[in-house]
Amino acid sequence: MARATSDVAVEVRGVGKRFGNLQVLADIDFSVATGTTVCILGPSGSGKSTLLRCINFLVRPDDGEVYLHGERVGMKNGTWMTERELCRYRVRMGMVFQHFNLWPHLTVLENVIEAPVHVLGRPRADTIEKARTLLDKVGLAEKQDVYPHTLSGGQKQRVAIARALATNPDVLLFDEPTSSLDPEIIGEVLSVMEGLSSEGMTMIVVTHEMSFAREAADSVIFMDAGRIVETAPPEAFFTRPATRRAQQFLQRYVR
Amino acid sequence: MNRDFLVVFAHYDQYLNGLWNTLWLSAATLVLASITGCILAALMLARPRAVRLPARWFVDAMRCVPFLLFAYLVYYGLPELSLQLDSWACGLLALVVYHTAYMAEIVRGAWTNLSREQIEAGRAFGFAGFPLFGRIILPQLFFASVPVIGNQSIYILKDTAFLMIITVPELTFAASAVQSTYFVPFASFVVAMLLYWLVTLGVEASVKRVEAAAEMRRG
Repeated sequence: MARATSDVAVEVRGVGKRFGNLQVLADIDFSVATGTTVCILGPSGSGKSTLLRCINFLVRPDDGEVYLHGERVGMKNGTWMTERELCRYRVRMGMVFQHFNLWPHLTVLENVIEAPVHVLGRPRADTIEKARTLLDKVGLAEKQDVYPHTLSGGQKQRVAIARALATNPDVLLFDEPTSSLDPEIIGEVLSVMEGLSSEGMTMIVVTHEMSFAREAADSVIFMDAGRIVETAPPEAFFTRPATRRAQQFLQRYVR
Repeated sequence: MNRDFLVVFAHYDQYLNGLWNTLWLSAATLVLASITGCILAALMLARPRAVRLPARWFVDAMRCVPFLLFAYLVYYGLPELSLQLDSWACGLLALVVYHTAYMAEIVRGAWTNLSREQIEAGRAFGFAGFPLFGRIILPQLFFASVPVIGNQSIYILKDTAFLMIITVPELTFAASAVQSTYFVPFASFVVAMLLYWLVTLGVEASVKRVEAAAEMRRG
């Protein structure tokens, strides 16, 4: 019982967002099953990043509802949650940013243990142990004591992924994780992400990497002008896109 | 002339006592004004105009006032408002209030330049309110403004000298007392200057060390 809700990690229902007069998101509906990877594709300015931020309420949606494992995010007994209450949900959704956003005043290891120790209150020694394992997994065990500014972009993003995993999140949110990387190091980040995806991590990935979406996604969401235009399994989406808009987009992006 | 210096050295205890008072007044001012400066900076960056504007006015007004005049106002003016404080309390109060304005401006500048993305990352990982400020924002503000804070500490150190006019027995007061008792102005003031200079060197050396640490921790 309650199987149906627990199998859905994230559910987004009718989400909309306006910035002033600009409708950046409208009628967004989708759900992400536990253990699956959903890629959100679409041209720049189509609202993908805002949508990701509406899921963990870094941006508060104007309409609609978001659920994490069946629990309503952002709203409690009909009123908005405070930032403090929201934190309990946000920490269950690890986030990876386009510009890494590592904390420059902390070493690599400190970046990874910061939230588990100081938000979740986990014991420091155990967390360090776990953080080392995660850094090892992203291939940066030997960098644990350096400060982020000494790392390359690809290394920073791999640390950022380790940081996002350190809280044992229910879902990972990726906001264009390779868009600010040099082409030759995009691969090292994508291979870490592919590994996570195949291990059954639940992931929502905003990306322009069509090959990643094709390989790793269980489902592709195509957005344009703040709306979902098409939702399909990757094979279907890339070989026979149903809408004219998706066809145009793919012609531009897939060579 | 040499005899003058001997007179001064014979009263080294007065100098040391004055130096000690100068040091703790400066340190206490630095710490307290940093705390109140952070709060004031937060008010200056607050959204509501009713909060932001008065904070801005206070900082601008305070930075236009000579410290000596402000110390006079606190020492001689507050009793008229039936607030009786001793010279120590008046001196410290004047220093802290005055330098709060400068600290607030320093912190506000660093805060505006702080990357909003790292703060967003803090929120995304479950930090909010005071933990967000204390663990994510404050350390970055500190490392970004170390050189300016070091400068400001030297201004604080020198402003403590004005407190002699409200009878706080700090270093300048001690030098002045020795010279007026024994009529050795040159020797007594030169020794005081050397002591200020030594303290400043100490401040600069520690700023340099912290600056090296800050260099590694900048984005």
